[in-house]
Amino acid sequence: MRATAMYPLSVYILCIVRSMGTSEALLALLEPVPAHGYTLKREYDRWFGRKRPLAFGQVYSTLARLERKGFVIQNQVEAGQGPERRVYEITPDGVTTLDTWVATPQTPDLFATSSLYARLTVALLSGRDAHHVLARQREVHLERMRELQMLRRGASGPDLLAVTYELIHLDADLRWIEQSGARLAKTEGEIDARG
Amino acid sequence: MLEARSVSLSYGATQALRDVSLRVEPGASVALMGASGSGKSSLLHCLAGVIVPDEGSVLIDGVHLTDLSDRERSRLRLERMGVVFQFGDLVPELTLVENVMLPLQLLGRRSGQARQRAVELLGRLGIADLADSRTGAVSGGQAQRAAVARAMLHEPSIVLADEPTGALDSINGEAVLDALVELTSSAGTALLVITHDNVVASHLDTLVTMHDGAILAGASR
Repeated sequence: MRATAMYPLSVYILCIVRSMGTSEALLALLEPVPAHGYTLKREYDRWFGRKRPLAFGQVYSTLARLERKGFVIQNQVEAGQGPERRVYEITPDGVTTLDTWVATPQTPDLFATSSLYARLTVALLSGRDAHHVLARQREVHLERMRELQMLRRGASGPDLLAVTYELIHLDADLRWIEQSGARLAKTEGEIDARG
Repeated sequence: MLEARSVSLSYGATQALRDVSLRVEPGASVALMGASGSGKSSLLHCLAGVIVPDEGSVLIDGVHLTDLSDRERSRLRLERMGVVFQFGDLVPELTLVENVMLPLQLLGRRSGQARQRAVELLGRLGIADLADSRTGAVSGGQAQRAAVARAMLHEPSIVLADEPTGALDSINGEAVLDALVELTSSAGTALLVITHDNVVASHLDTLVTMHDGAILAGASR
């Protein structure tokens, strides 16, 4: 049975796909040097978290899952003034998993989850103002692109990669919005004809 | 400041512009977008004083272009406007610095001063070392930066740019736009850019979209 058949799509995307990224990110952070949970959370937020810092609970639940799969081991307990802290280390299987994940292209089907596509389809099917849906989204997209341009001017390294990634994807969305807008009358006619 | 007030223009039976009003404040930037045939180029020609509209008026720093003779409009363009085209349109027989100096020389400024300012401006754009290169010996991005320098050297009130990055790859295009926006906003120059590219538009303060000769209501931000 496919995972998407067991969960609503939103749960699958938000919880399973995202947590898969978290697992690999934690493995990547452990690859150069063993670390404890606090360090992993701090480094994750620095490199991957951006808008969604990782909760401590998710760090430890993810590490526990990786340990069960044999991708990490606890190799020592670091003693300090506070409570003892477990230090995690990546295993050879963990490195192989990371190699595979980095080298495997992402399935290019995330567009199917776009709420814009869904909202536009509902507007067309229900006779609501589809032009307004597209025009409003265009404004919001352009506003975000303007914010990103300001961020880009001061960005470097991974921040620059993240900003330009978002910018170019928003640009692709906008081209789709403009193309859809130009075809809207025809699309409405086709939907009417199907009844 | 650049302003169009209720500008209309027809070519024979074809109405190219319909009651177009637009304002670009000093130091502000506007992206003018729209499909081919929407009226962008006609509006640009009116704003540049190349075409006199049938109705309405165009003002640069409060001066009505429509009240001026051809000669007066040409002088005003030279003094207060900078223009950047898609392909730079530098003079191939001249070096980059000679191209950049042209507006000041046409205005009768001394050559030594013009050269010094041109080299400084090329330095701000990161191409001072290419000042004495001919246009054929530099990349498209470098030539377009020189075109930006040429448009800005005489400290114009407005800069009109027609697809200024249309011939460049995205990295070079980004650098040219950053330079154009930084130079115009810091100098208090009004900037109007015609573009089909949303990424280009996102560099600028305001977006105006044209359709069928008119500005779309609610399309500005």
